[in-house]
Amino acid sequence: MLTRQDVAKVAKLALLDLSDEELDRFTPQLAAVLEHARDLQSFDLDGVPPTHHPFPLVNVFRPDEVELADDVREEALAAAPAVEDHLFRVPPVLGEPA
Amino acid sequence: MTNPVTLPDGTPVTARAGLASAVEVAAAVRSGTSSASELLEAHLARIEAADGALHAFNHVMADRARADAAAVDAAVAAGREPGPLAGVTVALKDNLCTRGVPTTCSSRILEGWTPPYDATVVERLRAAGAVLVGKTNLDEFAMGSSTENSAFGPTRNPWDPARVPGGSSGGSAAAVAAGLTAVALGSDTGGSIRQPAALCGVVGVKPTYGLVSRYGLVAFASSLDQIGPFAPTVADAAVVLEAIAGHDRRDSTSIPQPAPALSARLGEGVEGLRIGIVSELSGQGIEGFEPDVLARLHEAADALTSAGAKIDTVSVPSAVAGLSAYYMIAPAEASSNLARYDGVRYGLRREAPNTAAMMAASRTAGFGPEVKRRIMLGTYALSAGYAEAFYGRAQRIRTLMISEFARVYESFDLLICPTSPCVAFEFGAKADPLAMYLNDVCTIPSNLTGQPAISVPFGTDATGLPVGIQVMAPLLGEAAMFRAAAALEASGK
Repeated sequence: MLTRQDVAKVAKLALLDLSDEELDRFTPQLAAVLEHARDLQSFDLDGVPPTHHPFPLVNVFRPDEVELADDVREEALAAAPAVEDHLFRVPPVLGEPA
Repeated sequence: MTNPVTLPDGTPVTARAGLASAVEVAAAVRSGTSSASELLEAHLARIEAADGALHAFNHVMADRARADAAAVDAAVAAGREPGPLAGVTVALKDNLCTRGVPTTCSSRILEGWTPPYDATVVERLRAAGAVLVGKTNLDEFAMGSSTENSAFGPTRNPWDPARVPGGSSGGSAAAVAAGLTAVALGSDTGGSIRQPAALCGVVGVKPTYGLVSRYGLVAFASSLDQIGPFAPTVADAAVVLEAIAGHDRRDSTSIPQPAPALSARLGEGVEGLRIGIVSELSGQGIEGFEPDVLARLHEAADALTSAGAKIDTVSVPSAVAGLSAYYMIAPAEASSNLARYDGVRYGLRREAPNTAAMMAASRTAGFGPEVKRRIMLGTYALSAGYAEAFYGRAQRIRTLMISEFARVYESFDLLICPTSPCVAFEFGAKADPLAMYLNDVCTIPSNLTGQPAISVPFGTDATGLPVGIQVMAPLLGEAAMFRAAAALEASGK
């Protein structure tokens, strides 16, 4: 059975900060979905391979050619929350700012 | 009886009198009897009059639409080929990228974002002479069956504003049902085109996986997502699908074949076609099917029999496990696809002292409750110790289902069932997430198998709310599927 601690751990893995109220609400909701999914156990799947993709296409290749106009770089950067010298700017990755 | 949303003159928005079909519009614009600009202004006026009550649109692209329409009229005036969708207004689900036009996925995390490129379907529609009118509301990131998960408020069903339009492409379905646009595009991961089409009384198509390029469709579950049309008629859905289908080198899952010919074969009828009613998807062993919906299914079977088809019932045992398999696979893929929303390159950022905290704060503030639930369900289904029991088994059920359907299609050309077990429900009626998920039981199998399916309006329940019948076909079986849909439409229900 899924516990509140399980949900808290999964939220951390998914980079979500859940409130106590959200943990209380989500735990039984997610547990109910997992409980329903127990019917997956009732099928004999011995020797049945997994399907990752519904259409039998593999290793689709094409030449790696630049097709976009130059100004797309500026358009893409314009959508970023913070930019410096044509790069995406983020807070320190390790530790706190000096 | 239903209480539809009305126009200022008292006409119900659902009344089709005076509204031309897409096929009629394209013919009139091509011949010069109507102008694309004039037709667009009529739609913009109707949006102005009715969308306050419906909230089908997140964003109306009036200026760009006027430019598109003027270009079509100029082409006609100059004697140039205006394209198969000349002057046809199209609304786009707001998870389809439009260069320079906001694309939000009805999520706070993408509020205000304008993509630097157009989706392939957007390019193809413009090349076909279509006029793009705006971006329609959806459940956040297409996760839901009612539009109640939109961060910007729900869309209302044109037939009864107290009820949901279905989802996730509820805005597109409502916009077509209310005549705010001639046709629309949506995306369908577990029924997100077909179910709202059924609940709003319009035609909705989920094509074969790979038939329509996903380039520029914001990803939810990549092995299930497929773009398709909403239209008032089967013939209109066919011309739109013909315009957007066909190989695209920018989508590596795109099937390397040209678009199928559908319109030309619509009139061929169903004489001699073998059509199966899937018992598991018609109330056998699964609860919650409304009696009126099942009654319409049996009338649809009778109509197909009268038209010359041979009808029998058929069992697909794994279809009942489709729901559970889907609610492992789709969230698993979503948890990976939605990892990109981290406040670095686009979208919402909440500042924090370091990058990891900034990412978590941004995601926490930007995603709504259903998106968080699905990300967590997927993360759990993929996590160490559980991946084989949940995600792995779900993928193997998927294989089982594909082989069972393949066996059934040895004896049948097409399969039918209701599109949704119920008609449009009231807001808040399915507040429990699992109850909402159970609504997708009939539509999910086609996504798991990659096979095409169409929802056709077929009568109403006792209160006058629309019922949709789903026709399913084997991979790339669109031509026969559209013929059966046309036969159901022609039976006049």
